[in-house]
Amino acid sequence: MKKLWKGNEAVAEAAVAAGCRCFFGYPITPQNEIPEYMSWRLKEVGGHFVQAESEVSAINMVYGAGGAGVRAMTSSSGPGISLKQEGISYIAGAEIPCVIADMMRAGPGLGGIQPSQSDYLQAVKGGGHGDYKVFVYAPASVQEAADLTFKAFDIADKYRNPVMVLGDGMLGQMMEPAEIPAAIDPATLPVKKWAACGHNGGKQRVLSSILMNPDDLEEHNRKLTRKYEQMAKEETAYEHYRTEDADIVLVAYGIVARICKAAVDMLRQAGIKAGLFRPITLFPFPYGQLVKLADGGVNKFISVELSCGQLIEDVKLGLYDSKNRPEVGIYARVGGNVMKPEDVADYVRKGKVSSSWIK
Amino acid sequence: MKQIIVSGFGGQGVISLGLMISYAAMKEDRNTSFLPSYGPEMRGGTANCSVVVSEKEVASPVISRPDLLVALNVPSVAKFLPNLAEGGRAFIDADMPVDAGKGRSDVIAVPLKQLAQANLKGQNIAMLGAILSFTELQAASAEAAIRDVFKHKPQFIDSNLACLHAGMEWAEKNVR
Repeated sequence: MKKLWKGNEAVAEAAVAAGCRCFFGYPITPQNEIPEYMSWRLKEVGGHFVQAESEVSAINMVYGAGGAGVRAMTSSSGPGISLKQEGISYIAGAEIPCVIADMMRAGPGLGGIQPSQSDYLQAVKGGGHGDYKVFVYAPASVQEAADLTFKAFDIADKYRNPVMVLGDGMLGQMMEPAEIPAAIDPATLPVKKWAACGHNGGKQRVLSSILMNPDDLEEHNRKLTRKYEQMAKEETAYEHYRTEDADIVLVAYGIVARICKAAVDMLRQAGIKAGLFRPITLFPFPYGQLVKLADGGVNKFISVELSCGQLIEDVKLGLYDSKNRPEVGIYARVGGNVMKPEDVADYVRKGKVSSSWIK
Repeated sequence: MKQIIVSGFGGQGVISLGLMISYAAMKEDRNTSFLPSYGPEMRGGTANCSVVVSEKEVASPVISRPDLLVALNVPSVAKFLPNLAEGGRAFIDADMPVDAGKGRSDVIAVPLKQLAQANLKGQNIAMLGAILSFTELQAASAEAAIRDVFKHKPQFIDSNLACLHAGMEWAEKNVR
């Protein structure tokens, strides 16, 4: 049944529905409703909530619970996600499944608490040290936030890899009618034969990211890379909106994509053939779709983002493989400010393509 | 589609007014989004929320030009009235010392204090009643929304329903 859900609370309830039974958090705006909700909700389903003494501690608790085979989660926003990066790298190295929600706020540093997409590169390019990738979902509505959080736990288990749900303060704070996916009983999930969950007398299971022999570590890196390549092949998700006959395509993710949807409708009404391409997975990024659009005749791409030129890097990277050389520009607001549909439409109407967000 | 901005001082009930519009829209199986401002402006400053009610899927929850503006303090009038969509309506508190809306037929001053009478905290609900016909939502949906929002404080349901009806009756007589 549909209910009016706040984004953060929908994420939390969807995690519970997916069988998440351990949550470790530390407060930071604008994601506080996630740990707040978990603090009472997990008790009801026999799970465990701990407010850790720091973000570093919380992510290492996730490492432990995930390593024991439990579906585990943490959440934070920019400054807290930075603190978690060491742990995320260890978790990726030790191949432990877990889910991390990042409701982005503006930075750098402590920055501000208003909506932003300034953690894009940190989320999709690794974030911590060493060669690893985090699988990143970017929901654009409260319903999608619930659906993708639910799915995130399956992806995490399938690949034994951390999965991030990357939202922003707007998505976390806004309310929309949404239906939480039907709850599963975690006892019905496949047994994790690798998990260190205490089998008396059985074979010792070691979960670690340390491999001192270069050949062993190279083999481990090869295995991880194969996994990331498989994710790209099997899990890449995206949405096209009015791109079939478009000359100009806006590229945006999350709530910004919805602002762009309204802008595309305004532009279409004015006779401009605009469309929107929305990556739903940010890693793996749907590069191939951009190539198809460029090869099909789109001659202008505008990266619309709440960051100073982060998403545009992947847009350009994708278009490198196109036989055409379309123009690529950026329209951005940062600092916690959010563009309105009309701002985007005006920018496109003027016909210019800026390579820098400050013009 | 209706794009609505509700704005005023923190504590005037602007967030719950917006929320009730979304609740009422959901009762009618319409698509809706409710986007509140959050953070420092809630602590004594101006708070606002953007509500979209739509037959189709809601594209942007961020509003460029509202069709309907509710402004309960002077800074809100200054901030949002210039962006009112053509053919849109602004509803302001009649007790507010402001010249901005004077002489404009699209700005409607609602005597909230008088409508809410003893229930001063129900002024936002009186405003909900006054704007209801412009939201194209049914009275029954607004009533259901009030019952929903106050389900944990049932002692406030009747007085708020009275405010809603006072607002609706006033609008019927005074707004065209």
